[in-house]
Amino acid sequence: MLVIKNLHAAIEGKKILRGISLEVKPGEIHAIMGPNGSGKSTLAAVLAGRDLAEVTEGSVTYFGRNLLEMAPEDRSREGIFLGFQYPIEIPGVSMVNFLKTAVNEHRKYKGLEPLSASDFLRIMREKKELVDIDSKLANRSVNEGFSGGEKKKNEIFQMAMLEPKLAILDETDSGLDIDALRVVANGVNKLKRPDNSAIVITHYQRLLDYIVPDVVHVLYDGRIVKSAGKELALELEEKGYDWIKKEVDNQN
Amino acid sequence: MAVNSELTELYSGIYTDNIRRIREGSTSFLNAFRDAAFDRFTTLGIPTRKNENYKYTNLDLFFRHNYKTYFIPDESDFVKAEEFRCDITDLDTHGVVLLNGFYPTINGKIRTLPGEILIGSLNEASRRFPDLVERHYGKYAKSNSDGLVHLNTAMASDGVFVHVPQGSHLNKPVQVINLVDSTEDVFNQHRNLIIVDDNADLTIIICDHTLSPQKFLTNAVTEIYVGENARFNIIRVQNEHNNACKVTHTFIHQGRNSYSSSNNLTLHGGLVRNNTYHFLGGEGAESSSFGLYLSDKWQHVDNLVSVEHAFPNCTSNQLFKGVLDEMSTGAFNGRIFVDPKAQGTLAYQKNNNILLTDDAKMYTKPQLEIYADDVKCSHGATVGQLDENALFYLQSRGIDKREAKLLLMLGFAHEVIQNIGVEALRERIDNLVMQRLKGELSRCASCMVKCG
Ligand SMILES: Nc1ncnc2c1ncn2[C@@H]1O[C@H](COP(=O)(O)OP(=O)(O)O)[C@@H](O)[C@H]1O
Ligand SMILES: [Mg+2]
Repeated sequence: MLVIKNLHAAIEGKKILRGISLEVKPGEIHAIMGPNGSGKSTLAAVLAGRDLAEVTEGSVTYFGRNLLEMAPEDRSREGIFLGFQYPIEIPGVSMVNFLKTAVNEHRKYKGLEPLSASDFLRIMREKKELVDIDSKLANRSVNEGFSGGEKKKNEIFQMAMLEPKLAILDETDSGLDIDALRVVANGVNKLKRPDNSAIVITHYQRLLDYIVPDVVHVLYDGRIVKSAGKELALELEEKGYDWIKKEVDNQN
Repeated sequence: MAVNSELTELYSGIYTDNIRRIREGSTSFLNAFRDAAFDRFTTLGIPTRKNENYKYTNLDLFFRHNYKTYFIPDESDFVKAEEFRCDITDLDTHGVVLLNGFYPTINGKIRTLPGEILIGSLNEASRRFPDLVERHYGKYAKSNSDGLVHLNTAMASDGVFVHVPQGSHLNKPVQVINLVDSTEDVFNQHRNLIIVDDNADLTIIICDHTLSPQKFLTNAVTEIYVGENARFNIIRVQNEHNNACKVTHTFIHQGRNSYSSSNNLTLHGGLVRNNTYHFLGGEGAESSSFGLYLSDKWQHVDNLVSVEHAFPNCTSNQLFKGVLDEMSTGAFNGRIFVDPKAQGTLAYQKNNNILLTDDAKMYTKPQLEIYADDVKCSHGATVGQLDENALFYLQSRGIDKREAKLLLMLGFAHEVIQNIGVEALRERIDNLVMQRLKGELSRCASCMVKCG
């Protein structure tokens, strides 16, 4: 479904991604790990359509279409979902209004009628339970005054509402205690369908105890320097990243 | 000089040409103020941009114009007005219509509601309740340094009068609809007096509308007295066309432990200048001053707010927000004055602005004059663009860019709108603001009235 070929991207002239190639097939879960600053969030942002990073080389196709030419909102409507590492607070915009607008824009794109208010609220209630999110949060402004954990759960909640084909979760596990982590992971698993895929960006292998990846990639200095099965995550957990850095640096 | 002598002469001329007719139609009570006020006006004059308070607002654009009429109604106008009906839709209020500044009825110029509450024409009130009017009329506006206030006192002969006696309160808000409608370019002035006695409670909504496309200039003064423990809210909804200029001067004079709020919602208008003066004249008084302005094309919206803490332990809060599009401009001048004896003062001020284009401009200036030691005061102003990160966040959920911008602007505006205490009006304003930001605000849908 997603094919990334030799992707290069720069932020303000500074090269951040230096030739990433990656293919995600329907149903697969890919984990991306790697030290801070290696470009994980930049990759996620490029896939979601944030124009802060400029693609200088390479291509990304999504179901055969040139993803890089699509507006961010169309990527979302076509089934890409980015769970933000740092969800944005939007004062004055209520969660309900935000989600209703988002869901109905998705429906419009598919040629469906907008949901009635009661249908929308019913679906929202169901999905809220799925991620165990406090009912009161839905009446507040988007992410405003949410705790770190609430913000992350809120990302999964939005994902549940939008039912993406490809979820990109950027450190959704960071800053979560073990209970919240379990909730988030359960949410992801419950939403998982046989042909849906996910790219899970994480620092810790503990998330991968719950969300079992098909492949683990290590991103370092803008490149995927290692890809292997899920046992790679364990190895990284034990040994850290230094051995990989050394391996890479020796090759250069 | 901070006075435009040429314009001052022009308006002195309008005074001289019309004063005989004005006096004929007014009570001797109102007439008694005119000479002194006119003297003050000729000294202070029409402000220019050299006047610190008008630095960013060029009144010339609307004042340097030969208005065919200074509006004073004669008998036939009142007869015509009797046929002219406006139904206030949606809102359950006590409605009052002012036509070009006059109370357009022949009979029933004052209504008495349960609790001895009076609503009606100021001119009529000054005839029937001279003692009551005398206790307040001119008291709060008198020492103001803006020549336009005195031009109003010299010439205005009608407007809305409301009296809520001690302990009374209305079951629903009073809604004043200011309509300007004429076949000629018109300069008009009106004068409102609102008296909310001790322990009384009043909410008043003032809607400004233009019905015909002529060039209009309105210079309005509203004096408000809020007694001890009383509560008062004033909400202005301004929706005039681009060829109209509105200058308002609102004086809110508060007693001990009273609360008042003012909310200036400027949805549309060629040139709008709102002066809102809050005088905290008793211990424990609290005031809030809110404002929201949305502008585009060549529009200009200027808010001057002045909060005077004259007694200890008073609280004040100012929150003004604006969204400026195209080449429109705006100004905010927020003054906080704390008297040496006003210990225990809490005073807050915030002014946030979003510029949607490179051509839009906003001038914002706090003016703090603090002479007491025990004061907590904060102020902050921002002028910026829509938050790119927030915009992307919304887009990444499938919301297109236009819609996402709209949501952000509405969210931004909502911080002001949420302070409207009248729920039906709050929803209505949310809607109007949305239409406005979409560029779909039509004259009649917006005016909350159906006229014919
Ligand atoms: N908005 C930005 N402006 C400038 N540099 C940035 C910006 N965002 C990220 N970077 C830089 O890009 C590099 C990769 O960052 P990021 O993709 O966030 O890494 P990761 O998610 O792997 O920690 C870092 O060196 C970071 O400093
Ligand atoms: Mg990151």
